[in-house]
Amino acid sequence: MVTPVIEVNNLAKWFTDENHRRSRVLHDVNFNVFPGETLVIMGGSGCGKSTLLNCMIGELHPDRGSIKIFEKDITTMDEFSLNDIRKKFGILFQSGALFNSMTVGENIALPLQEHSEIDPSIINIVVTIKLEQVRMLAHRNKIPSQLSGGQKKRAGLARAIALDPKILFYDEPSAGLDPVTVAAIDELIISLSKKLGVTSIVVTHDMPSAFRIADRMVMLHKGKVLKVGEKREFEVLRDTPAEELTDPNDQLIHQFLLGLGHGPLTDSEGISEYEKIMTDGFI
Amino acid sequence: MSDRTLIKKENSVLLMLRLIGRTTLGWYDKVMSGIRFLGGMTILLGQILWWTVMSLVKPDIRFRRPALIYQMVRVGVRSISIIVLVQMFIGIILVLQMAPTLDMYGQLSSVANIIAIAVFRELGPLITAVVLSGFAGASIAAEIGAMVESEEVKALRAHALNPINFLVVPRVLATVLMMIGLTVISDVMGIIGGFTTAVGFLGIDSQVYLQNTQTALVAKDFITGLFKAGIFGLQISMIACYLGLRVTGGAVGVGKATTQTVVFSIVSLIATDCLFTAIFYIFGL
Repeated sequence: MVTPVIEVNNLAKWFTDENHRRSRVLHDVNFNVFPGETLVIMGGSGCGKSTLLNCMIGELHPDRGSIKIFEKDITTMDEFSLNDIRKKFGILFQSGALFNSMTVGENIALPLQEHSEIDPSIINIVVTIKLEQVRMLAHRNKIPSQLSGGQKKRAGLARAIALDPKILFYDEPSAGLDPVTVAAIDELIISLSKKLGVTSIVVTHDMPSAFRIADRMVMLHKGKVLKVGEKREFEVLRDTPAEELTDPNDQLIHQFLLGLGHGPLTDSEGISEYEKIMTDGFI
Repeated sequence: MSDRTLIKKENSVLLMLRLIGRTTLGWYDKVMSGIRFLGGMTILLGQILWWTVMSLVKPDIRFRRPALIYQMVRVGVRSISIIVLVQMFIGIILVLQMAPTLDMYGQLSSVANIIAIAVFRELGPLITAVVLSGFAGASIAAEIGAMVESEEVKALRAHALNPINFLVVPRVLATVLMMIGLTVISDVMGIIGGFTTAVGFLGIDSQVYLQNTQTALVAKDFITGLFKAGIFGLQISMIACYLGLRVTGGAVGVGKATTQTVVFSIVSLIATDCLFTAIFYIFGL
């Protein structure tokens, strides 16, 4: 049996607002990520996707449960041990999160300078290779403010793969991009995943993009995992007429996957549950 | 008593209780946020000291010399012209304010002694710190706040780089070092401002002015001033970094952090100055 690269077990997270109200954002989330696969975590706004991702990268500490990466529980690790794990994964942030005071080349060189003893001339070559892989070599000496949204994501991706990671996390890679650029970024994610053999975890609510890149999918709703399965299973749910679906969860997933304005996620006034979650909180 | 009067009385009692409750909760929140701020600053100070010492003794933790030099230029060198200008004016103002009173007692030349003590012990470090809180403190808070908002700080952590070591330590060390350096410039400019006004405008003999300045000053005046300058630099940079790192709420949050940095810095600078002056007075320093 293949050992999972990431094991998320009974993960729960609460947040407390300024009025001391506690709300539960993640409810006993369970799933595994296997080597080399691309797992897409999807769900509407405020469903806990970003919180889950932040817990997985060690940015947030869960209140309960465990996250094992390479069989080591990161929830009980100190900063230094966590950093050793962090060196094995790369992250593409929603905005690219490039360091604005540095050029694109310097951004990519930074992890190499900080975490390796490589000679500066070799670092220079590695940066060239990474930029070539994301087709950004022509923009090496530009600063991030001179780049478009798609270029920032490509540069962010080049930085994420600088240390040859084993796992790549993507936070909403299609956010704020036009459909053509989204398709180009998706192709890049697929090709990097194949070429580098990395395990990819993609958080998104862009369905065409999710179906393009996923091997398996996780559907989150109100902080709970509604379904974990192969892409094919979700395609069946998407393509089955709503009337034929008897399970309420399947109906909900069907509406979400097709982005329908009517269904179990929408009330009689046409307001979606996601809108309410964003204004009132859900628990 | 009629039912109506009873209801009115009951309502006013409830209203009063509600008011007391709200005011108490408001004060409780303020006190708690004050305690949180002080606690956060103490933890930050501990982290700064830890990372500074570790980067000096542990070979695998880098001491960021290029970042330190860059920040020293940014914080200090660019502030020189403003400090020079402000402290010159302070010297001129002090002389012109003191002169009529001293002249009444036939002690006009003693203006040099007063300027020397006031500038070296008090106004040099304090005015420099106030200028630096507006010039460098606000800029550090805005820069770090913008980095938090654009996920750059999160990206640092994700790349196994500690933001305290990477962002805070170079800024704090640079502000402390440059604050000391700028205070020396500030002291000199205050004396020059006073000297030119006293000699050129009030007709005091230049030799007498310089001699009185020399007589008035002892080493401890200079040292206590520089000691205060270092502490002020630490305060300004720590407040700026702390508030910058806690930014939430986009551009509004960055603006709020910038304003709070200047306000908190100035209040804490004057409070600290008051504390040090009292301590130095008690111990005869």
